[in-house]
Amino acid sequence: MSDSAARPLVQMESVNKSFGDLHVLHDIDLSVDRGEVVVVIGPSGSGKSTVCRCINRLEPIDSGRILVDGAPLPEEGKALARHRADVGMVFQSFNLFAHKTILQNVTLGPIKVRRVPRAEAESRGRILLDRVGIADKADRYPAELSGGQQQRAAIARALAMDPKVMLFDEPTSALDPEMIKEVLDVMVELASEGMTMVVVTHEMGFARSAAQRVVFMDGGRIVEVAPPDRFFGQPETERAKDFLSKILAH
Amino acid sequence: MGVVLDNLDRYADAFWVTVQLTALGFLGSLVLGTIVATMRVSPVAPLRAAGLVYVETFRNTPLLVLAVLFVFGLTKVGIRFSLFTTFVIVISIYTGAFVAETLRAGMNTVGRGQVEAARSIGLTFGQSLREVVLPQAFRTVVQPLGNVWIAMTKNTSIAAAVSVVDLTAVAGRLTTDLARPLPLFAGAAIGYLILTLPMGALVGALERRVAIVR
Ligand SMILES: Nc1ncnc2c1ncn2[C@@H]1O[C@H](COP(=O)(O)OP(=O)(O)OP(=O)(O)O)[C@@H](O)[C@H]1O
Ligand SMILES: [Mg+2]
Repeated sequence: MSDSAARPLVQMESVNKSFGDLHVLHDIDLSVDRGEVVVVIGPSGSGKSTVCRCINRLEPIDSGRILVDGAPLPEEGKALARHRADVGMVFQSFNLFAHKTILQNVTLGPIKVRRVPRAEAESRGRILLDRVGIADKADRYPAELSGGQQQRAAIARALAMDPKVMLFDEPTSALDPEMIKEVLDVMVELASEGMTMVVVTHEMGFARSAAQRVVFMDGGRIVEVAPPDRFFGQPETERAKDFLSKILAH
Repeated sequence: MGVVLDNLDRYADAFWVTVQLTALGFLGSLVLGTIVATMRVSPVAPLRAAGLVYVETFRNTPLLVLAVLFVFGLTKVGIRFSLFTTFVIVISIYTGAFVAETLRAGMNTVGRGQVEAARSIGLTFGQSLREVVLPQAFRTVVQPLGNVWIAMTKNTSIAAAVSVVDLTAVAGRLTTDLARPLPLFAGAAIGYLILTLPMGALVGALERRVAIVR
């Protein structure tokens, strides 16, 4: 195979990031292979969201390097917009465009960024909505959908851009328990189809069934990296043990 | 009201002038206000500063003072516009400051998350504004924007002070000749109401139509 298949799709090299005096990422080294699913886990404030946001360059970094598909992140402007189009992002709070129908949410990027003709974008959009199980909601507005349906629409919106990698920042933590499964099912299927994914989540079931690696963060550092079975079964570090005992307690 | 009916043709001409001032002022202030509101949320600091200076200058100076300054100022620097055109420019600039502030308030109601979602599917800053932020901002401020333009319609009467023959000017001129201020200015008032009352109704209807389901 060629180089591009062998090299990691996402590569973070000694990335540091501060918000003012608050140093939130310390020397983060993380690489994600093509087709790999990495789950990021850790206590609140440990920097999980910031890692995702830096990969998408919603936040600039202070030092280090981030490469996506071998190319360093552009600074600003058109090139940056193109980069973001290649990196799908799914947020905890869905963030659907409130004034647009679900189908319009899904076709906006393809039409405006990829310059796909409207008819083609719409037929592709409907296929994606069908894939995430909400084909019947295409002409509804976001507020008319349940949380789980909104999150699946948000996943379809990101997928519509044909991203190289998908970032999920706690995609199920704003959802009622009965809706979590419908979103996780979509994500598991996506993983099985070979999508490269970075998923911030505390859903252990998802990590066990879909992830190749669990990355445990604490205090802005990557503390432990292990396959899910080993991480949840025999965590090596005290901090991971401590954290797991807390999330398992309830 | 006999005096008004006797001079109905002059009122009709003047009403038409007021309608044109209103329509052109609406367009001018809409364009300027949108540009300035956009500058105020721009990532480029000098643009933000320029937007702020614009708003603070024109929102806080009386329209009459601005009108006189422009009429004499433009002539002084050698620009020769008709009084009508000059006043359209002045009222557009002045009202644009209010439109910008109203619109900015609307932009602030669009969640940061939606803006980030727009950026993360690859929309540029301009595209995010056009496709996501501004359409929602306009919808949430239909009512206050309507108030701005109703106020502007009444403010067109300042044009009379710089010799544009609008409704107010006609009432004033006829009063000089006929010494019947009450019916003559009541006639002008009716002319303004014919414009502003439907505007108010239109704003209400529009607000119900474009409301965003939340
Ligand atoms: N825009 C910001 N300005 C200032 N501080 C920030 C900002 N965003 C995040 N932080 C801080 O950075 C640290 C890491 O935040 P981050 O959101 O990445 O944590 P997290 O691991 O995602 O936490 P959670 O599980 O609560 O979502 C926290 O201390 C947070 O308060
Ligand atoms: Mg977070």
